[in-house]
Amino acid sequence: MAEEVKLFGMWASLYSRRIEIALIMKGVQFEFIEEDLQNKCPLLLQCNSIHKKVPVLHNGMPIAESIIILEYIDETWPDNPILPRDPYDRAMARFWARFIDEKLIWVSWDAYSSKEEDQGKAIEEACKQLKALENELKEKEFFGGDTVGYLDIAAIMVASWFGVMQEVMKVELLTEENFPILRQWVEKFVDCPIVKECLPHKEKMVEFTRVLLKDFLASR
Amino acid sequence: MGEEVKLFRSWSSPFALRIVWALEIKGIEYEAVFEDLSNKSPLLLQYNPVHKKVPILVHNGRPIAESFVILEYIDETWKQVPLLPEDPYERAMARFWAKFCDDKVLTSIWSAFIKQGKEQEEALVAAAENLKFLEKEMKGKKFFGGERIGYVDIVLGWLANLVSIFEEIVGLKIVDEGKFPLLYSWMQDFAEAPIIRDNCPPRDKMIVKFQALLDAAIASSSSSSK
Repeated sequence: MAEEVKLFGMWASLYSRRIEIALIMKGVQFEFIEEDLQNKCPLLLQCNSIHKKVPVLHNGMPIAESIIILEYIDETWPDNPILPRDPYDRAMARFWARFIDEKLIWVSWDAYSSKEEDQGKAIEEACKQLKALENELKEKEFFGGDTVGYLDIAAIMVASWFGVMQEVMKVELLTEENFPILRQWVEKFVDCPIVKECLPHKEKMVEFTRVLLKDFLASR
Repeated sequence: MGEEVKLFRSWSSPFALRIVWALEIKGIEYEAVFEDLSNKSPLLLQYNPVHKKVPILVHNGRPIAESFVILEYIDETWKQVPLLPEDPYERAMARFWAKFCDDKVLTSIWSAFIKQGKEQEEALVAAAENLKFLEKEMKGKKFFGGERIGYVDIVLGWLANLVSIFEEIVGLKIVDEGKFPLLYSWMQDFAEAPIIRDNCPPRDKMIVKFQALLDAAIASSSSSSK
């Protein structure tokens, strides 16, 4: 049969964790190849010659970009679908996944990293965007409804990165007071067995992030 | 069966134009609602509170924003003349290239147009590198979609009409026919396709608009230089 599915990833990359979660949810056997991002292996550079990043899924041919890989996984292994069936619901899931990656993370980074005089405004903006995402949960258990779906997987950033950044940057955005529903979602999401298995250890992530940002932190 | 399709657009937005082309290619009846982006309507703000932008497709009263999301919705809802390929790997590749077009190609070419001095030089270098990847991806096909226009062609379509406008205004070559023969030929074929040709904003108006944008950018960068 076809060669084995390979996932080029990195333990601290939430983007590559997204793919792990999806593959495990679908019961797809795969080989995980841990990349040293300071010393990328030739196979990774060949598979993703344009961006040279993880994750890359290799299923006979390579595919890069986590959100795109998620859709590919859903189309290739249709059991346990992660995207909704209805085209409008699919459009909404795609809209909010893009929102997380293209807007939410960046405004949140601004809030975490702004100088003191600009921080108030940056925090206000980040909270406004977080609220928009929270409102999308409505009365559902998960963004995907009763079970974890594509948008929940994409929102791993909210479940993990925000908590890490809070410790590293000493700024809290996702407060219980302002975002009770989103906080509740985080708790349910990280408690799911597959997610629990795939989430990087928080303290390790905090330490990793501190090292990654050491020049930035030192300059403040 | 009553199907109400509305497209909120502006006369010049290249992102909204993608949706015009997709709807026209599929032969979908729709009503165009033109927005003045300096004075956005309450309806626009209601339909796209997150980004407050065009395009917005409203199908039977339900709004969808973000051109990539709208294009996929259109392809899933109206199955005639498919824009995306059928095979999951080919679909993933189309999505990859579409994202590359916006994240890298559009960004670098826009910078090459709007910036000055060293920043412009660097943007031109980046643009050339990005265009090389696209040139390679053409692989001798007429369109990125193969024999006919598809999703990636629609997403990149702004290149076919905007680049020559940018080049005229700044007096620089961005897509050189000698360096990018396949891409150059794609630009001609795409622009000449009847549906595209009949659904492009007037060139003279576009030149005025982008000249004004460039003038404003130059004015603000010289007044804020420290």
